[in-house]
Amino acid sequence: MAITFEGPPLPRSRGVLSACVLDSLRGPGSRCATDLVHRADPYGDDLQLALYLCYELHYRGFAGVDDTTEWDPELLAFRQQLERRFLVALRADAARNRSVDEALAGLLAEPADGEGVTHHLGEKGELWQLREYAVHRSLYHLKEADPHAWVLPRLRGRAKAGMAAVEFDEYGGGRADRVHAELFARLMADLGLDTAYGRYVDAACAEALATVNVMSLFGLHRRLRGALAGQFAVTEITSSPGSRRLARAMARTGAGADAEQFYAEHVEADAVHEQVVRHDVIEGLLEEEPQLAPDIVFGIDATTFLEDRFGAHLLAHWEAGHTSLREPLEQTAPGIPK
Amino acid sequence: MPNERPETAPSQGAEDPCRVAVQRDGPFLVDGPVEVTLEDGSTVRSDRFRVALCTCRRSRRYPWCDASHRRRVRE
Repeated sequence: MAITFEGPPLPRSRGVLSACVLDSLRGPGSRCATDLVHRADPYGDDLQLALYLCYELHYRGFAGVDDTTEWDPELLAFRQQLERRFLVALRADAARNRSVDEALAGLLAEPADGEGVTHHLGEKGELWQLREYAVHRSLYHLKEADPHAWVLPRLRGRAKAGMAAVEFDEYGGGRADRVHAELFARLMADLGLDTAYGRYVDAACAEALATVNVMSLFGLHRRLRGALAGQFAVTEITSSPGSRRLARAMARTGAGADAEQFYAEHVEADAVHEQVVRHDVIEGLLEEEPQLAPDIVFGIDATTFLEDRFGAHLLAHWEAGHTSLREPLEQTAPGIPK
Repeated sequence: MPNERPETAPSQGAEDPCRVAVQRDGPFLVDGPVEVTLEDGSTVRSDRFRVALCTCRRSRRYPWCDASHRRRVRE
């Protein structure tokens, strides 16, 4: 037994699937019934949290959970069932483009009158909405670039060099105070949020969990390396314009200098990353392994589909004047002056 | 002599040319770090491993690219 005492506490269950994963994590002797998986909503709270719990064992684990559960054969077999359900649904629902060129062209075109969630926040987002946005995104940004590090050993040549260069930048170029996850923690502090890793898993919606799960899914499976490259391309290509709008939102609401700086840094950094991802990672990978083109397209389409669902969830709740979170935020997190 | 050091490290050869990639619809890509002297004589610096220099003049962070060159389309 190798019990971890650090790391976040286990979140609360959202149904039978996540409850049985939680039971397995708490101690030996419980089995997850795989026949329940095919009836679950592939994008729903229960399945997405169950997957999230399985994946988190490969990042930081949970307080009080035996570290050996990361490679528990029964849990891995159950995770495989969850992944299949998620992947089959994505392949059926997300398909949009026929070629890598077409998919990239779609990402590179800026809508003249965009109405996504960053457009809303940039033009008229309120501070409470920016806080909610940061809460959902914290599940990724507090481990920013980590899901993509898995792919490095699976790449060669130009694709590997390009990917490693961008990751090095994401990790602060060798300076701990510039690691993007640290910059995001400072943004959260500016917004009066708790910066502890995993603190807001219970608050995050299924749509937010799915955007992170898809990165872990593509990152952890070598056979999905093409999809991971496509996923990364979406993140880096759409980041500059989106970050510009979010930087404007932070400035307009007076969120704070660090909150604004996080997005301002991403405007410039990702204008470069986008170029490296397209010319070195994607083109390099296609040169080396042209048979991966459909997987790259799938990665782009699946990511766009899940990001659109996440944005639609936020806007629908905010337009109705409701919180998009599963549990309300305290006005200011304890210990963080605002 | 154990303490003898070469005058320049092999990777810092003075003959290494500065590498620039150009493209029709996008920034110039230059290996960083880069110092740019602007028209008013002031100097700005970027320490990124690669630097994207705006060529369309639409960037709000000129001389650095901010992706403002992108084609805008009606949905």
